[in-house]
Amino acid sequence: MTTFDTVHDDIIAPGRGHGAGRRLSLPLLIRRLPPGLALSWLVLAIAFLWAVAPSLFTSYNPLEGVGGEQLRRPDASHLLGTDALGRDLYARIVYGAVHSLTGAFVAVALGLVIGTGLGVVAGSVRRRVDDAIMRLVDVLLSIPPLLLSLSIIILLGFGTVNAAIAVGLTSVAGFARLARSEVVRVRRSDYVEAAFGSGGTFTSVLRRHVLPNSLTSVLAIAALHFGSAVLQISTLGFLGYGAPPPTPEWGLLIAEGRNYISTAWWLTTAPGVIVVLVVLAANRVSQSFGKVPA
Amino acid sequence: MNSSITPYPPVLEIENLSISYNDGVAHRRVVHDVSFRIEPGEVVALVGESGSGKTTTAQSIIGLLSANGRIEGGNIKLNGTDISRWSDRQLDTVRGAKISLVPQDPASSLNPVKTIGAQVGEILRIHGAASGRDVEPQVISLLERVGLSEPALRARQYPHELSGGMRQRVLIAIAIALKPQLIIADEPTSALDVTVQKRILDLIDELRTEYGTSVLLVTHDLGVAADRADRLVVLQGGRIQELGATKVVLAAPRSAYTRQLIVDAPSFSAVARKAPATAREKPVPSDDDVVIVEGLVQDFVRSDGDGKSFRAVDGLSFRVRRGTTHSIVGESGSGKTTTIRAIVGFQKPTAGSIEIDGTDLSQLRGETLRQFRRKIQLVYQNPYGSLDPRQAVFDIVAEPLLNFGRLARPAREEKVRAILNRVGLPEAALSRRPHALSGGQRQRVAIARALVLDPDVVVLDEAVSALDVTVQARILDLLDELQRDLGLTYLFVSHDLAVVRQISDTISVLKDGRLVDGGTVEDVFERPGSDYTRELINAIPGQKRAALV
Repeated sequence: MTTFDTVHDDIIAPGRGHGAGRRLSLPLLIRRLPPGLALSWLVLAIAFLWAVAPSLFTSYNPLEGVGGEQLRRPDASHLLGTDALGRDLYARIVYGAVHSLTGAFVAVALGLVIGTGLGVVAGSVRRRVDDAIMRLVDVLLSIPPLLLSLSIIILLGFGTVNAAIAVGLTSVAGFARLARSEVVRVRRSDYVEAAFGSGGTFTSVLRRHVLPNSLTSVLAIAALHFGSAVLQISTLGFLGYGAPPPTPEWGLLIAEGRNYISTAWWLTTAPGVIVVLVVLAANRVSQSFGKVPA
Repeated sequence: MNSSITPYPPVLEIENLSISYNDGVAHRRVVHDVSFRIEPGEVVALVGESGSGKTTTAQSIIGLLSANGRIEGGNIKLNGTDISRWSDRQLDTVRGAKISLVPQDPASSLNPVKTIGAQVGEILRIHGAASGRDVEPQVISLLERVGLSEPALRARQYPHELSGGMRQRVLIAIAIALKPQLIIADEPTSALDVTVQKRILDLIDELRTEYGTSVLLVTHDLGVAADRADRLVVLQGGRIQELGATKVVLAAPRSAYTRQLIVDAPSFSAVARKAPATAREKPVPSDDDVVIVEGLVQDFVRSDGDGKSFRAVDGLSFRVRRGTTHSIVGESGSGKTTTIRAIVGFQKPTAGSIEIDGTDLSQLRGETLRQFRRKIQLVYQNPYGSLDPRQAVFDIVAEPLLNFGRLARPAREEKVRAILNRVGLPEAALSRRPHALSGGQRQRVAIARALVLDPDVVVLDEAVSALDVTVQARILDLLDELQRDLGLTYLFVSHDLAVVRQISDTISVLKDGRLVDGGTVEDVFERPGSDYTRELINAIPGQKRAALV
């Protein structure tokens, strides 16, 4: 009983706040958002807008250089300076967002769908199929992700989409493990047994109870993977396995700037900072997903 | 009591204590102007339901309020010194030495990676009562004092090697190690079986007379409070409803709330009534047996891998007539849950047969088993775990109908509304999720889900054990009413004999998987057929009051 006492005070109260939160007006909701989280959402929103409508953010052409404007320092006309061919770096970053972000999106979607599918199957059928799937997952986990994605990309050939697939496949194992453990946890709960007890069939219980209750943390981890996928795709781009030049992909931008690191620091720093910001923002947002009461 | 003639100041004096919690928006006050005192050697019980502020009050005394709680006003005087504004560092000199705490849950209150001896020795070391080689003999004598067998062996064991009752004894040993003036016992026995509960409370009593320690007993169980306390403090919603000598409060309660508590407490009403079962009128039970269990045996393979099996239920047989309530009683590990899981078809028995309404369960597989589930429904113990947190109440109750999908949508909706109305839930609850409901309301939803298929038999697995007494009484009333109106048969599983006595017609008493006693309520309670049953009956709290009234 007394456990309930403390539970009442600690959990029900915020729970009520949460219930009321749905009816709150938007400004109030924003005011309640922790500043770090608000900033993270803002970063992601801007990156998303860059990907959707880059021309709204810059008037420069990302692919064509302007003569006599090479290697300009950041100033009023070129916010982040220009590169060795006189292309505006800010424009290249803005136009590069679509490559990096769709790459990350495809990678996460692939990992999420395949990984969660495997995990849910493993968690709900149990026994031999479970063992087979999970041992396969263990093998995948034992290979370093970069090595795995490099091997896959060499098989598939270079390119943005192939890089995304390579990165996505490395996250399958993580998703599968998480999904399986969540499914196993939910399957043991009283309400799942009660659902079977009230005449539920295997598929109806899976659809109504097991999936909705086990996918919350899977979605949170997907947001986390989004950040690391941006990083991994940039890594592949940096190593030259991703989009071919002159595509303004973020990793490639950093790689190209490397040659001028002693004379034009902004060419590596600016895209690097952008990648770091997006990854941090994705991590922060994913963290907040985990805290939403189930 | 004799406070006017004692020359000593009270051990503890609480004056106008107010406490609030910060719920993220504002400070919400949960304890309002509470004042009471504890004289040396006295037992004072703080009684109330969940949310009444009893634990908060107890925690504030030793400065253990959670981080979002704060004392708004009032004094907490220990031997005349106000300690309510003391820092943690100052309080450390008092905690354990002057005031000690026996926590509620013995399972989570001991450190799993330290031995019992190290944990008992810790308090002696911290307060400098012993050091080096002196610690061990003191620890062993303490463990012996609290009645643990083989204390030297226990000191080397880890918490997981001990039973719940033994762990609670260890916690008591830690609490009495420095012979404090006041022990705060926060629901010290609510996680334990009745017979173990009685032994632990006896031990606390014994130690009190031996050391002259005062005890603040925090409990939701008025029966326990009546048996053990000199004075009662009844709390509701953070306010004192009644305060006075136990005998006086129980004999002539002044507040309506206390009267309600006394009426609702099963341990009082059953004994006071002395009538067989309840006073309700039932439809004359027809002669057919709806549940027939013959020679049920259930073995489990031990997981430690030596291939030996463990027999959880051994040759159990009983019959239940249609329209009556049969209770299965026993302590943890007696095989009650295993039995009902076999009866509702969640596991195949190793041997024996179960027949529900003429259907032999062993013949059922797959689809036939699914169809059979309409006949028998289970209500779980924990209403916090048995409802899907993501479903709205309407969906929860409608789901069984969907599973057997015969009703069209409007008819289904009508049926769900009718059944929710039946179990006394307001219309507004339909669209809510379980987290927005109280424990009692959730259990009503669970009952509605069980009833929506019009089953013949409803199995109630400790279905009221997690609820407050007043809520429990309302749910029992509801069950009673539903049985009368719908002719339901209940299979009621409980460890609480007081409740069982109120609602059952027949009883089976289980111990270690065997049937030790069985028959009608009158037979079992008036003429118990085994020592074990007698022990269980004697352990029902609240009997002291029966003697008073």
